[in-house]
Amino acid sequence: MTERIVGPELELVSDSETGGKKGVGLSPSGLLRSLNSSFAYGRPWAITLLAIVTALIAGAVLLTVTTPATLQAWGSFFSNPIGALSATWFLVGDVYRDIFTGSIVDPPALFQAITTGQGWVAVLTPLSETLTQATPLIIAGLAVAVGFQSGVFNIGAQGQIIAGAICASYAGWAIQLPSPIHLALTVAAGLAGGAIAGFIPGILKAKTGAHEVIVTIMLNYVILNFLLYLLTNRPFRQPGQSNAISRPVDASAQLPHLLGSALPANLGIVLALVAAYLVSWFMKRSTLGFSFLIMGANPTAGRTAGIDSKRVTVLVMVISGALAGLAGMVILSGSTLMLTSGFGGNVGFDAITVALLGRNRPLGVVLAALLFGALDVGGRAMEAATGVPVDLISVIQAIIVLLVAAPALVREIYRLKATSLRSVELGTRGWGA
Amino acid sequence: MRVDLEGITKSFGSLLANDLVSLTVNPGEIHCILGENGAGKSTLMNVLFGMIEPDAGEIRVDGKPVRFTSPREAIASGIGMVHQHFMLVPVFTVAENAVLGFEPVKKRVLLDRALSRRKVLELSEAYGLAVDPDAIVGDLPIGMQQRVEILKALGHDARLLILDEPTAVLTLQETEALFKIMRSLADSGRSIMFITHKLKEVAAVADRVTVLRRGRVAGQGDPKTLTERELASMIVGRDVQLDVDWGKPKPSRAVLSVRDLTVYDERGALAVDRLNLEVRAGEIVSIAGVDGNGQTELVRSLVGLLPPHSGSIELDGKPVAGASPRKMIELGVGHIPEDRQVDGLVLPMSIAENLVLDLYSRKPFATGWRRDLRAIEENAERLVEEFDIRTQSVNAPVANLSGGNQQKVVVARELSRELVLLVASQPTRGLDVGSIEYIHRRIVAARDAGVAVLLVSAELDEVLSLGDRVAVMHRGKIVDVVNPDVGRDHIGLLMTGVQPSAAENSRTDSRPGSGATERLRELEWRGGGDD
Ligand SMILES: Nc1ncnc2c1ncn2[C@@H]1O[C@H](COP(=O)(O)OP(=O)(O)OP(=O)(O)O)[C@@H](O)[C@H]1O
Ligand SMILES: [Mg+2]
Repeated sequence: MTERIVGPELELVSDSETGGKKGVGLSPSGLLRSLNSSFAYGRPWAITLLAIVTALIAGAVLLTVTTPATLQAWGSFFSNPIGALSATWFLVGDVYRDIFTGSIVDPPALFQAITTGQGWVAVLTPLSETLTQATPLIIAGLAVAVGFQSGVFNIGAQGQIIAGAICASYAGWAIQLPSPIHLALTVAAGLAGGAIAGFIPGILKAKTGAHEVIVTIMLNYVILNFLLYLLTNRPFRQPGQSNAISRPVDASAQLPHLLGSALPANLGIVLALVAAYLVSWFMKRSTLGFSFLIMGANPTAGRTAGIDSKRVTVLVMVISGALAGLAGMVILSGSTLMLTSGFGGNVGFDAITVALLGRNRPLGVVLAALLFGALDVGGRAMEAATGVPVDLISVIQAIIVLLVAAPALVREIYRLKATSLRSVELGTRGWGA
Repeated sequence: MRVDLEGITKSFGSLLANDLVSLTVNPGEIHCILGENGAGKSTLMNVLFGMIEPDAGEIRVDGKPVRFTSPREAIASGIGMVHQHFMLVPVFTVAENAVLGFEPVKKRVLLDRALSRRKVLELSEAYGLAVDPDAIVGDLPIGMQQRVEILKALGHDARLLILDEPTAVLTLQETEALFKIMRSLADSGRSIMFITHKLKEVAAVADRVTVLRRGRVAGQGDPKTLTERELASMIVGRDVQLDVDWGKPKPSRAVLSVRDLTVYDERGALAVDRLNLEVRAGEIVSIAGVDGNGQTELVRSLVGLLPPHSGSIELDGKPVAGASPRKMIELGVGHIPEDRQVDGLVLPMSIAENLVLDLYSRKPFATGWRRDLRAIEENAERLVEEFDIRTQSVNAPVANLSGGNQQKVVVARELSRELVLLVASQPTRGLDVGSIEYIHRRIVAARDAGVAVLLVSAELDEVLSLGDRVAVMHRGKIVDVVNPDVGRDHIGLLMTGVQPSAAENSRTDSRPGSGATERLRELEWRGGGDD
């Protein structure tokens, strides 16, 4: 009767509607009260929404206390309260507006583009950048979510992304083929690379019981170092280059741009959405996905029902790895075209956050990745425009995740009632009759 | 402590789980709550314990109206509860669990472990509930865990103790011990609310009974004047046959033959010791034995969950020892596991999904890769109807069902497919009298259709009433196979390892092997502890 390590809020794809009970909100605000009674129970996205709001408020506080001018205004709060409030208001307003216009759209520019028919490229650039930034996050987030939902903790998305990109890169410049076939082959290579990188920890767990968390973390280093080796040696190394950089993928293996060559948005986002749909279908409707969900929710009952837990572990890791590999392929063929020593940035780890924020559901992952992509893109624009360091974004992201991971905190802040009794029972599993 | 519940009403969606329930518990009274599965007993208790907020109604403690918004407040008012499905942390020790949420602290921040231990020891002394404060809860048998729950509740000096189906998982001896404790608590002025489905227990321990039916109070009375029959019909609202003659079995070929089976449990201790057993098609062999004599491991090895160490298991003449659970399911072995929430159900999944948990990849529930949600739902609708599973929707998570209805899901699933052998472990645990009658009928129907049935049950009544032959298990061996007519005393003696006819020489002569190796074996059994 050992308890499994239950990871970040494992939840099933199949929505479980729990019997709600009326809560008595202590908050005076009508909006909060309606949040409280109408959708807070058993509807975790309300918690997510409140987490985001709370993080933005915390960001505003942080901005206020770190900016000398506003801090000064608050110092004389008792003589001039309006001044203090307006200082904060304008500062926070500016910063958040810059994040928005930098990541989604600048309304005046949009208006002008509509009336004059000019400057569409500038108007669409922020959104297009957000989509491009979000694309690998979506796919890698799905990879992590599939694992989490199946009770397998794949912390190795980062390495699998690189493994996928290595294979995709090779397929992208070593083979000459006409465009659509070449691209398809590159996609397949990315999937295969990630699948292999996922298979290793999967089979190790099945055969020896080695914990996948440890093995995947260690493999991240192995794969990264393998990449560094490739970058400094033939045939990957780009001839005539002094820094460690690979050959670029052929044009026929690049993801085509969707909105003309001036905008970064490419076919990758379509791939990501297709992947989200397929994952959703797979988990909800396929027999294999169902066995994954069973093993994720109650492995003991799964084994009793005749599910081969080792086989499931291996398959989950292969599928999760393949998705991560696809994310690597998309980064490569959609944006960077070449492998570098810093390839993939932090996507593999951000993907864990995105999966958590999206509650491991495909739609949730898509939305969470879009949010994180927008915050990243908007943060850069904000830094350029206002000089506020982009670290503010990291803080906001971190607070969101913290609050989503600890829903009790959000409930406490907003005086929400816990969800229904029986879901509480789920958390503290007993063995009664 | 006197507690009045008045007009308690609680609905889940359109379902009225409690409908204007009023009752009074007097100081020093053992008040028994009876009712069908899903009648609303646990819900009512959870309302009283502050875990569920009622839609309407009032709770008065010693005449004063109270409103609990959390169990913490209920505990502070002197209410303790032992839940139907335990709420213990398996990786913590007994002492840590007993003080959970109210940990004694020293120097403001440090846990005072010594004090926790001492408190637990004092309590266990005071109430005669022997426990080892340092044992890890997850390692303890279920009866022990129950004790920990009771200690936990008493630790907060509860003046009203709520016990939600405590005896469902206890052996006869443990139940008797629990009743003694309950009596002494009541004599010291504490009140007890006690839920059970076992009618015999009502007369043995209760001062008053209240029967709930479909959320309402269906009747109240004095257990001394009510017969079991009357209680049963009050509970289900119709006449229930308590003693049924299930007719003669027509056994044919041997379906299951087990020879010299030896199984070690998960911790490596000898659990099943060169056991021999045969179950034929068309008969029910029930296993009688004190819990912990290897029944669990025998069952687990028969269904492929625990590979045997040695010996053979044959199903219809084919050797299947060490086969996978999948293989056993495919060969037509049905398995009702003893612990529904651990082995039988995936709580967050829907009732419909749980009803195909081991069949989801077969026709008609899947075509190729694709699960056929329609067929899964139709199957669920049919089984919910057939087995009277009380739910509003087959798509609700199985966690929302009452304990007994969860059990019905497991039983319905296993009886819903073509079987050769049914291994049923505590199949009616937590079921109401009406449901027990129905499940028994279904098991006998399976027998008459030619299924070989192996029944393991802690209920001697069930063992004797259903079994065509009774195999008595003691220390990992079948000590004798008898006709259920030989009587309880005879079987009771066998269960303690004594051969009633030849008490002196049975131990050494019952098995081949020299006396010395036999004694070594005895020492090896479960680490040599005595029973
Ligand atoms: N959180 C919930 N959501 C929806 N329905 C619920 C919930 N909790 C209980 N119910 C329903 O309320 C009814 C009463 O359940 P309750 O657990 O009180 O029954 P019970 O009398 O304890 O039954 P049993 O003897 O089987 O334990 C059941 O039909 C159950 O499905
Ligand atoms: Mg109950």
